[in-house]
Amino acid sequence: MARAVTTRRKAVTSVIAWTVATLIFFPILWIFVLSLKTEGDAIKTPLEILGSTWTLESYAVVQERSDYFKHFTNSVIVAVGSTLLGILVAVPAAWSMAFVPSKRTRGILMWMLSTKMLPAVGVLYPIYLLFIELGILDSRIGLVIVLMLINLPIIVWMLYTYFREIPAEILEAARMDGAGMRSELLYVLTPMAIPGIASTILLNVILAWNEAFWTLNLTAAKAAPLTAFIASYSSPEGLFYAKLSAASVMAIAPILVMGWFSQKQLVRGLTFGAVK
Amino acid sequence: MHFRKLVCTAAAATLMASGVAHAETLTIATVNNGDMIRMQGLTDDFTAKTGHNVEWVTLEENVLRQRVTTDITTKGGAFDIMTIGMYETPIWGKNGWLVPLDDLSADYNAGDILPAMAGGLSHDGTLYAAPFYGESSMIMYRTDLMAKAGLEMPAAPSWNFIAKAAREMTDRDNDINGICLRGKAGWGEGGAFITAMSNSFGARWFDEGWNAQFDTREWSDTLNFFVNMMTDSGPAGYATNGFNENLSLFQQGKCGMWIDATVAASFVTNPKDSTVADKVGFALAPDNGMGVRSNWLWAWALAIPAGTQKEAAAKQFIEWATSNGYIELVASKEGWANVPPGARTSLYQNANYKDIPFAKMTLDSILSADPNNSTVDPSPYVGIQFAAIPEFAGIATEVSQEFSAAYAGQQSVEEALAKAQALTNDAMEAAGYR
Repeated sequence: MARAVTTRRKAVTSVIAWTVATLIFFPILWIFVLSLKTEGDAIKTPLEILGSTWTLESYAVVQERSDYFKHFTNSVIVAVGSTLLGILVAVPAAWSMAFVPSKRTRGILMWMLSTKMLPAVGVLYPIYLLFIELGILDSRIGLVIVLMLINLPIIVWMLYTYFREIPAEILEAARMDGAGMRSELLYVLTPMAIPGIASTILLNVILAWNEAFWTLNLTAAKAAPLTAFIASYSSPEGLFYAKLSAASVMAIAPILVMGWFSQKQLVRGLTFGAVK
Repeated sequence: MHFRKLVCTAAAATLMASGVAHAETLTIATVNNGDMIRMQGLTDDFTAKTGHNVEWVTLEENVLRQRVTTDITTKGGAFDIMTIGMYETPIWGKNGWLVPLDDLSADYNAGDILPAMAGGLSHDGTLYAAPFYGESSMIMYRTDLMAKAGLEMPAAPSWNFIAKAAREMTDRDNDINGICLRGKAGWGEGGAFITAMSNSFGARWFDEGWNAQFDTREWSDTLNFFVNMMTDSGPAGYATNGFNENLSLFQQGKCGMWIDATVAASFVTNPKDSTVADKVGFALAPDNGMGVRSNWLWAWALAIPAGTQKEAAAKQFIEWATSNGYIELVASKEGWANVPPGARTSLYQNANYKDIPFAKMTLDSILSADPNNSTVDPSPYVGIQFAAIPEFAGIATEVSQEFSAAYAGQQSVEEALAKAQALTNDAMEAAGYR
């Protein structure tokens, strides 16, 4: 009897899980289907999925009209660069908060997180003016810096919650054996925290890859990443849905594949410590 | 001999170096639409003629507005040429943010620009942006459905005729809506349509003291007429339909009439995309017998931000892209139906272009629109589907959201107008107009 209930529960859980997963994945599937239709068919209501023609025409047009690889390269550099720079800054910060906390640590952490609640457009003009002054408008280095700063609270929080799970005694033992701060961070803490650091890197690469406010507003022709590539196919006057969908598929495909292969680490990183 | 060779080599090197020094790379921000994309494909012609290269930044219309506004107000210098519309040009020109285009070459023939376009893109008589293409709005209708309804479309119909024809053409069983119009929130979407329509009902946004006028009978008549007509004869969910949605419906044969931008004429008559390409007729946008029609006026134009280091090359590009030569280039490559319309008088005198079925009605629509006298009663602003003041875009977006909520049945027309009145007066007071 108990076995039957367990099986039924498993079946129900599976059905719910598949339903939720399908709902979440549906927009991506829809975009993929539209990208394989002609412009005329793509906007038909209701969409004739089987009756209309399947074509790769939109992909060919997008490839011909835009320099995909330039945008792709910019996205890779900006996403990876901002994440690695963020890790460099966040590891010492998270270490100090996790192992040498003060009475203000909690407040600082909350304050850092609160900066994520600020509407980005509120600081657009100051940052734009700073970029002009520094001569880094429409540059990849400028985007790396700004995206690092934007994602830094999340990186620090993730590393902090992960570091808190590591027994402080191990670091203390290393110190007693003569390890300096640099050795402690590099040779003791980091190897133990590799899974947490890896999942933090993965999540922040995804966040930086998808960031569409700063990447659109601080770039022009040189540093524009794939978000600008997608935006160039959106139009309120003219039918570009199939091409817009093709551009979207091309932009999300790399990060989708990366997420697919690293989902275990991602889930672990997102849930570790946060619910405890 | 050696000395002579040396001098010749040095001279050649100097010439080459000076040539290289003058070859610029222009960064141009533009919108994503068929005409602009076509221009991008033809840029090699400009490069071959001038040696200058071009880098394009193509963005969706609203993203582009935000992007170029940020750049020009901060003097960022990210762009050497910006694509802007009739709304921004006079405001930015007045603020000194744009380079005046009053010294274009004689070959360019600036006098050939349609007066309505030149007027809308000028401030104090100085041209600040050159029109790449211009548009008004007009009626596109199904000739077969009109005949089936036993009606004949006048060249200049009234709103009452349009409402009657829409009812007659509606065939719910066959999924045919008598009329398709924009209801989508946004000052450039449904907001533009209802503002242009309200002009023909005698309404206006502001009186001469910048007081909002949504509490007047004229606005109530406009909105009630629109809602009643769309409820009787419009498509389901019209409150979220914009240009693209209506274009799709019309091309699929689901609209009897569609009143929208004149540039849509080339889309609905293109047999590649439209199932009704050979059954489309055109007429002027309707009026209400008050002396003002409901068509708007718009142009996408190229302007140079003040302070650019590449002003001379930028002017060369603008002269190339908005010239008669460019129109002929497009015609030779893609046919006369695809040339950018509505910018130059000579295009409409060209024998090749006169054969295009929508050419005459496009010109007539443009000529019947006057941004300086767009309302029946006097108003303090310039513009037909907008008031050319910086605050308008924000206010009109909120107002159109209230109107769309009324179209969707979430509130009554009276509630929407009352909210529009209050929010507009608040915003105008905060901005110091009242």
